[in-house]
Amino acid sequence: MGKRIGIEVSLAVSEAVKLANTDVIAAYPITPQTHIVEHLSELVADGSLDAAYIPVESEHSAMSSCIGSSAAGARTFTATSSQGLALMNEMIYIAPILRTPIVLAIANRALSAPINIWNDHSDIMSVRDAGWISLFAENGQEALDLTLLAFRIGEDPAVSLPVNVNLDGFTLSHFIEPIIIPDQQEVDKFLPPYKPSLQLDIKNPISIGLLGGPECYTESRKAADDILEASVPVIKKAFDEFDKVFGRKYQVVETYCIEDAETVIVLMGSIAETAMTTVDELRAEGKKVGLVRIRLWRPFPRTELLAALSKAKNVAVVDRHVVLGSDTSAVGMEIKSLLYGSQLNPKVTNYVLGLGGRDVTREEFRYIFDQAASGEAQVRCEIVGVYE
Amino acid sequence: MRAADVPFEKVTAKNFPKGPDSLAPGHRACQGCGEVLALRLLLKSLGTEFIAVSATGCMEVCTGPFPQSAWRMPWIHVAFENAAAVASGVEAATHVLRRKGRGYDQRIPVVAVAGDGGTADIGLQALSGALERYHENFVYVCLDNEAYMNTGIQRSSSTPFGANTTTSPVGSHSKGQYTWKKNMPAIAAAHGVPYVATANPAFHLDLMNKIRRAVAIKGPAYLHVYAPCPTGWRMKPELAIESGKLAVATRIFPLYEVIDGNYVINRKVDNPTPISEYFKIQGRFRHLKEDDISTITNRVNQDYERLVALSERFPV
Ligand SMILES: Cc1ncc(C[n+]2csc(CCOP(=O)(O)OP(=O)(O)O)c2C)c(N)n1
Ligand code: SF4
Ligand SMILES: [Mg+2]
Repeated sequence: MGKRIGIEVSLAVSEAVKLANTDVIAAYPITPQTHIVEHLSELVADGSLDAAYIPVESEHSAMSSCIGSSAAGARTFTATSSQGLALMNEMIYIAPILRTPIVLAIANRALSAPINIWNDHSDIMSVRDAGWISLFAENGQEALDLTLLAFRIGEDPAVSLPVNVNLDGFTLSHFIEPIIIPDQQEVDKFLPPYKPSLQLDIKNPISIGLLGGPECYTESRKAADDILEASVPVIKKAFDEFDKVFGRKYQVVETYCIEDAETVIVLMGSIAETAMTTVDELRAEGKKVGLVRIRLWRPFPRTELLAALSKAKNVAVVDRHVVLGSDTSAVGMEIKSLLYGSQLNPKVTNYVLGLGGRDVTREEFRYIFDQAASGEAQVRCEIVGVYE
Repeated sequence: MRAADVPFEKVTAKNFPKGPDSLAPGHRACQGCGEVLALRLLLKSLGTEFIAVSATGCMEVCTGPFPQSAWRMPWIHVAFENAAAVASGVEAATHVLRRKGRGYDQRIPVVAVAGDGGTADIGLQALSGALERYHENFVYVCLDNEAYMNTGIQRSSSTPFGANTTTSPVGSHSKGQYTWKKNMPAIAAAHGVPYVATANPAFHLDLMNKIRRAVAIKGPAYLHVYAPCPTGWRMKPELAIESGKLAVATRIFPLYEVIDGNYVINRKVDNPTPISEYFKIQGRFRHLKEDDISTITNRVNQDYERLVALSERFPV
């Protein structure tokens, strides 16, 4: 059944790592990820988690150590934010190709410059194409649950890929919420011990990370893409089984009031809560509005999104990151490319808000719903809430 | 137990490891490569019951074009600058899994191998972190061919003063490398690790025993290995061993160990061979004049004397 307690979301993520019986944690502190790794250090220090905590000297080494430990057959976790993820970048691209099912929690934070410790999604978007499975949490319970799910999905022999769990820095990571901490027996039922199909082993020596020339590099990329695609049913099955064990049902795409909605906002992360409140208000005023929240960002859930958007006349995509020099931002691009060539032909507009910790308000969502439903054409993605 | 007292099975001419090489033949190193010779001897000394971690560089590239691999033990290569960090993760994993009864039912040494560029320059931070964290079964081997050979003989901080490389070229305003070789073994020793040693494939038994000792000792160990590179040094391929012998005889590359912070010089050189003998066989030093060579000789002798003083003040 688990126990419902008031706990800071970062600590709940650490509790999930503990419940998963993680073997190795290699991490480097950065705001707003710090509480996750501090709590894990405590759990290891007081013996409640039997793991090696490697206090590495950088995020680059954190992910390097994680790749090594995962290749050696250990269940492996790390966490970071912003500049830390940027410093990891080289390793982020290597981990999926070496099939190391590391779990990475990202307390999302803006990228420098200017240096800014607050929330947006520019960090995760910088590794969008690397081949990780990527999940976005809306609230604390989900942050904990997705962390457990990340191990289960990534370590599935058919997948064997790293998974990142995104939780908005501060606005989610530092909030104290009522969260059900599952029982150990439940977790053990859901998450079997990690059994890699291949690993560094003196009885069966293999070479990992060989040079791949023009005769096989293309195939390695194709394989990575195919495996990511093939992970979709595994992810859905894991969500189903999670429901069976814990009684909480997740979908790859979450919808709110879309049945008869004419104008629908698409977004990711914790701002969905503000967006839902706005939907409630507008509904009370008789407006046909709805919300679609992407939980599974990579691999991109095409089928589910097409179904969710099938009735909308206006689709407003809200990004937390600006793709500089482009007309469209990251989620916006994805939705436009999904709809182009489909049977659907809604008006699609794209907005960016909440950069570097700027508050995201109901007024802004009202504005976006209005704009999206207006006859006005949009040429470029609009950054909302810019001070004059 | 003092690191100096840790027992290990000595390699001798009679007790030379039998069986196939741990590094399989057929790799693509250049003819006469002293770096791959050093690697082969190191691996032969260890057998196959350990995990190897490679940094990007000549040795990684020439031993592992997919789907072939010359490595007969479990091996992983991730990138250029992070062999020490990858090895840290592997080492930690073997510990935990062993403790939890999920594999690795014996102590598994983890041996990271990198070039001088991957060690003294871009990999220095990761190495420092690994040494400082004191991983028990961690051995780091720097194969020092004194430049970035894999990318075409660019200088590194381990390139000796005066050497001609593609990024420290000789010109009307340049005598080649204008900085002194970074003292990597001293930097490693400054971490207070139990074992640091220099080695050289021209002294193969010494080299093979040093890796055995490094593996036997609990705690991080660092081996700095002279790795003559005929291609990059503009040297005849048959002269790698000759250059190794001269490097020691001239005091350019002294053979020594730092065990628990105490020093021992393995080959004392009381009457050094003139450095010009060493330079003569390598095209990279061809441009150096008499006064350059005497400047270098003074510095080399100074460094050697410091080592002698350390070995007298802090003997093993
Ligand atoms: C981050 C990064 N920078 C640069 C390179 C290019 N690179 C690959 S190997 C190498 C030089 C290797 O030199 P060294 O470590 O001395 O090994 P050697 O090839 O000489 O044995 C360089 C610069 C790289 N692979 N990764
Ligand atoms: S370039 Fe030098 S180190 Fe590299 S393989 Fe050739 S001889 Fe060996
Ligand atoms: Mg080199």
